[in-house]
Amino acid sequence: MSAKPRLAMYWAAACGGCDIAVLNLGEALVEVGSRFDVVFWPAVMDAKYADVEAMPDASIDITLFCGGIRNDENEHLAHLLRAKSKILVAFGSCASEGCIPGLANLSTLDEILDASYANETTDNPDGVRPVPAWRENGVTLRIPTLAPLLRTLDQVVPVDYTVPGCPPETKRIEDVVELVGKALDGTAVLPPRGSVLGAGHSTVCDECARERNVKKIGAFRRVTEIATIDPTLCLLEQGIPCNGPATRDGCGALCPAAAAPCIGCYGPADGVLDYGARLMSAFASVVDADEPERIEVILDGIADPVGQFYRFSLASSLLRGGREAMDQAHRGRASAPVGSPAANHPAPRLGRTPPSAPMLDVLGPQDHVPQRAPTGPEPPAPTLEPVGGPAR
Amino acid sequence: MSASNLPAQPDGARERIGVYVCHCGSNIAATVDVEAVRDWSAEHLGDRGVVVARDYKFMCASTGQELIEQDIKELGLTRVVVAACSPHMHEKTFRGACRRAGLNPYLCELVSIREQDSWVHTDRTAATAKAEAIVAGGVYRVAHSEALEPFRVPIDPATLVVGGGIAGISAALEIADAGFPVHLVEREPSIGGHMAQFDKTFPTLDCAACILTPRMVTAGMHQNITLHTWSEVTDVAGYVGNFTVTIKHRARYVDTALCTGCGICQEKCPSKVVDTRYEAGLGYRKGVYTPFPQAVPKYPVIDVENCIYFEKGTCGACKKLCPTGAIDFDQKDEEVTVKVGNIIIATGFELFDARRVEQYGYGRMPNVFTSLEFERMSNAAGPTAGRIVLRDGVTEPKAVGIVHCVGSRDRNYNNYCSAICCMQSLKFAHLVREHTDATVYEFYIDIRAPGKAFDEFYQRVMEEGSVFVRGRVAAISDTVRLPDEEAHQGRLIVSVEDTLAGVQRRIPVDMVILSSGLEPATDAQEVARRFGITCSADGWVIERHPKLDPVATMTEGVFAAGCALGPRDIPASVANGAAAAARVLARIQEGELALEPIRATVDQERCSGCRICNDLCPYSAIVYHGWEQVSEVNPALCQGCGVCIAACPAGAISGSGFSDVQILSQIDGLLTALGGAPPGPAVEEREAVPA
Amino acid sequence: MSATTAHAGAAPAAKDGRFEPVILAFTCNWCSYRAADLAGTARMKYPPNVRLVRLMCSGRVDPAFVMRAFADADAVILTGCWPADCHYRIQNVKALRRFILLRRVLESMGIEPQRFQRFYASAAEGQQLAAEFDRIVEEVRALGPLDWAGRHAAFVPSATPPGAGVGEARAAAEARAAAPPPAERELAEVTA
Repeated sequence: MSAKPRLAMYWAAACGGCDIAVLNLGEALVEVGSRFDVVFWPAVMDAKYADVEAMPDASIDITLFCGGIRNDENEHLAHLLRAKSKILVAFGSCASEGCIPGLANLSTLDEILDASYANETTDNPDGVRPVPAWRENGVTLRIPTLAPLLRTLDQVVPVDYTVPGCPPETKRIEDVVELVGKALDGTAVLPPRGSVLGAGHSTVCDECARERNVKKIGAFRRVTEIATIDPTLCLLEQGIPCNGPATRDGCGALCPAAAAPCIGCYGPADGVLDYGARLMSAFASVVDADEPERIEVILDGIADPVGQFYRFSLASSLLRGGREAMDQAHRGRASAPVGSPAANHPAPRLGRTPPSAPMLDVLGPQDHVPQRAPTGPEPPAPTLEPVGGPAR
Repeated sequence: MSASNLPAQPDGARERIGVYVCHCGSNIAATVDVEAVRDWSAEHLGDRGVVVARDYKFMCASTGQELIEQDIKELGLTRVVVAACSPHMHEKTFRGACRRAGLNPYLCELVSIREQDSWVHTDRTAATAKAEAIVAGGVYRVAHSEALEPFRVPIDPATLVVGGGIAGISAALEIADAGFPVHLVEREPSIGGHMAQFDKTFPTLDCAACILTPRMVTAGMHQNITLHTWSEVTDVAGYVGNFTVTIKHRARYVDTALCTGCGICQEKCPSKVVDTRYEAGLGYRKGVYTPFPQAVPKYPVIDVENCIYFEKGTCGACKKLCPTGAIDFDQKDEEVTVKVGNIIIATGFELFDARRVEQYGYGRMPNVFTSLEFERMSNAAGPTAGRIVLRDGVTEPKAVGIVHCVGSRDRNYNNYCSAICCMQSLKFAHLVREHTDATVYEFYIDIRAPGKAFDEFYQRVMEEGSVFVRGRVAAISDTVRLPDEEAHQGRLIVSVEDTLAGVQRRIPVDMVILSSGLEPATDAQEVARRFGITCSADGWVIERHPKLDPVATMTEGVFAAGCALGPRDIPASVANGAAAAARVLARIQEGELALEPIRATVDQERCSGCRICNDLCPYSAIVYHGWEQVSEVNPALCQGCGVCIAACPAGAISGSGFSDVQILSQIDGLLTALGGAPPGPAVEEREAVPA
Repeated sequence: MSATTAHAGAAPAAKDGRFEPVILAFTCNWCSYRAADLAGTARMKYPPNVRLVRLMCSGRVDPAFVMRAFADADAVILTGCWPADCHYRIQNVKALRRFILLRRVLESMGIEPQRFQRFYASAAEGQQLAAEFDRIVEEVRALGPLDWAGRHAAFVPSATPPGAGVGEARAAAEARAAAPPPAERELAEVTA
């Protein structure tokens, strides 16, 4: 084998857009190919899970994991790649916060299956439904079993870094590749484990060129309801629900520059517990009315509140992220002490749920769900041995 | 007292927390199993850092506090949770104990298991479980508390007094006499306020002018007092210790540097107008005028609405005849800015407009007078030279009716009692009797005479022969209705139910005096907004505490005195003024003020300058730096409400004392409190522990 | 006695088997918490189901606090000063605006409006506070447990017995999925 660092990329419950964003690197992709030994990347090359399973643990230097965890196959790969990788990156909105597939967390599995197999748009006279295992002609066929909720990668396995975006902007991916490359060369140091890569620490407004004033919103309107959008004025001030104020910067504020409101694909800013809560609090706070009736009228302008506030983050939200999201937040608080040995302290479970809540248990017993790595303010960066000389 | 056997501090916990559960005699212990709460805390909150849990009969007693101090020193506690009464009762007490033992007071959390638990519940099992949850909430929260220091602001030694009535003058003199500068702002051309209009003051009947004018002169000449008359405060910026106040000096059209106050301009001015302000409409003044001869300052003002020069461009008599050339028709309004550390609001009252009580006929029937009109009439320096006469100016009344509670104690107008009207009415009765031979009727609901020598005065007026009729006057009419009233044609008939005799009476009189109530200035709410204070629905300034802090407002550095706080008499207004001055002086002497360190802070790195928060602060504490596109909270202006923290979409604003993690952890504790510890004994078993 | 009732997070002991909701109430330092102080001082009674969080102002309430509370509480109450009497002048209006929007979102997520209520209480209204707590506790009792975690458990296909062991859960899921099998197919043998 070559001495080049080993790279893997995987898609779980995702649309493939993240893979395309990486391919969009164009010529830089050649650089990636020369810098890394790509050992597993189903989108671009043939590979078998068995090959990955055969790899020694921690033999992949870095894995970019796209997609949320919706079924046992996703989950198996999450655990597998976690075990095989030195650095596991939640790559893109699906892996980091659930994204569009996470919106299915508003529905039960029955409702989801009904929507696919038994509504007016489906032609399914026999009422066929997928089943996890079938035996035909002496062969057992298996398809993945759906989990009750879509979970984000870090709700399932410890994640080292997150690269947000739906998909991550190509320029930002280049930055990340460059940073990792330099870290491997020993000319740069990776930020502490748990950090967000390829994005900023503020929000989209920071990169938005539109003029902003004191906010007071007398009416919310859809873009399509406005004849002329002021090309220089803040969209929110024009009544267009723009998610920029709550969304992490890094994208370059491309949407508002094109007079399209930010829809929030880069997720919450640092340390935000619940993206939607932050955003709805901000919007509501500047509603220009004091009487309940008038407030209601103005808020009627937000046609689909959950869609507005949780389009990308529902699966990582406090209420629809399921118990994991709550527990994570809780553990964050419980283990906040700086450099505390609390890391080894088993994190308490929240509330009245018995420890063996069925929601975790659709998987086999071997699929022990590790607790999330403690993310104190300054945990050490993952060790990454420099490969080759610094000036290779 | 006893301590549970304690586990060693687990590795996981960063803090060493002490939990102290108070019995409050039997106030808590009767409903909450205090020992069980103690044991539960030790057992289940160990992984949160609880290293000692104790109970004690009275935690607030010095022995209870010493327990805490001792544990801080001997066990090295880094956090303290006291489960006792409401924080509003003893938070300061226990924080003080921590401070004495060298622990930052903000690392102490008082959680209430009395007002919020033992006193409102009866089920012992449920109340005990709730107490445990409350303690857990406190423990979870305190682990994230930070050591805080009071926010110290320097106090500018200058003070702004708004309103030059007797309350404002008193406050200004107290501060000025102590050697500190005062800016005294008065809307009218002269200081003096309503008291300058009065003749005599109850119950001592000393002459109002005799006691007021020396104080006005002292204030006017005081080296530490800057008078801003004919002026208004237009803007207040800044915060306690450091206010920047903009005062508009309305143009007087008289150059005060040149004017000697000789009075020639007033004498020669051909424009004569009814003086609705000082003379309450009973007398006249000129187009250029001082409200009254003893005005301070002595400089007149030109009333442009009634000045021939300003109306027609002619005349100019004053300008021609002024010996010093002080008349300046080109003068403009001026704005000055002053820096002050504290503000005293003494904006006084306005008289209830008696026209609103239509059945009393004020404004319709000439011989119905208001109390202020009567004050002017009875004043020797007033329009009638002190003669009590009917509106025709010559006829002495043979009978006078004085109606109490006009616009007060009346749900149609004001529910409150105006406090001064009874005594004022008694004073009127005395003055009428003194000046005329008229019969005086006092129509009253109750006589309220609770002050020093007040009731004696009431007795005296009764002995003088005034007739007291208990009952609210139904109507005053100028038409006779009954056959035996024919003789009273042209007089006023007062209809009243005499509630003592149980009969309806119609009493003919020549003059009626309406003892109108007091109302806040019409622009009281606007003034309140400008100074960042709050008024009740009635419009009176709300005190920080009606009993214990009666001259402070809810806003740091802004005090109030006199009738701005509500109806009160002269002694009370003077006392208020002095009290407010004392509060201000204490701060000036201190040089700085320690404010609660509950504040919001913006993380400039994370702030994107979206400006969501900018308009949310009622104290204008949030400033936006356009060039850097970030917002910032001025900690001295911030009052710690936390609205901006909850609104910031970037999570860039944090709050000391009530941080997100503190609040969320408290919720964790209140609702779950499982803490990963093994389940303890069942509640029923624990109840076996004797209380 | 089950483990859950031994800890403080448990609902107040259910005497006659009736449901005892856990309710979190946010109070402001100046009005509603003082109303609670007054209710205590005057020895008024309200059900122990309500637990209070004291903040400086109802405007401090972040929707995330409410959401976190719903993980374990059956209802959340927002209380504060009356509109014209806010200690911070107008900040309770911001709380009102957020409340209205948050309630819409919670409803969309499946939390009934009765579980998220608000009322005003001045520092003098201990009686009103106690009465409102009484009312809300009864309303929530009638609704039954929110059991947010349990609702997620219900996301598992309906035939799965809740709390079933790992193997059983999987078997049940598969059995259910195979429930309407066409006759010619043969159900795979899956051992539990």
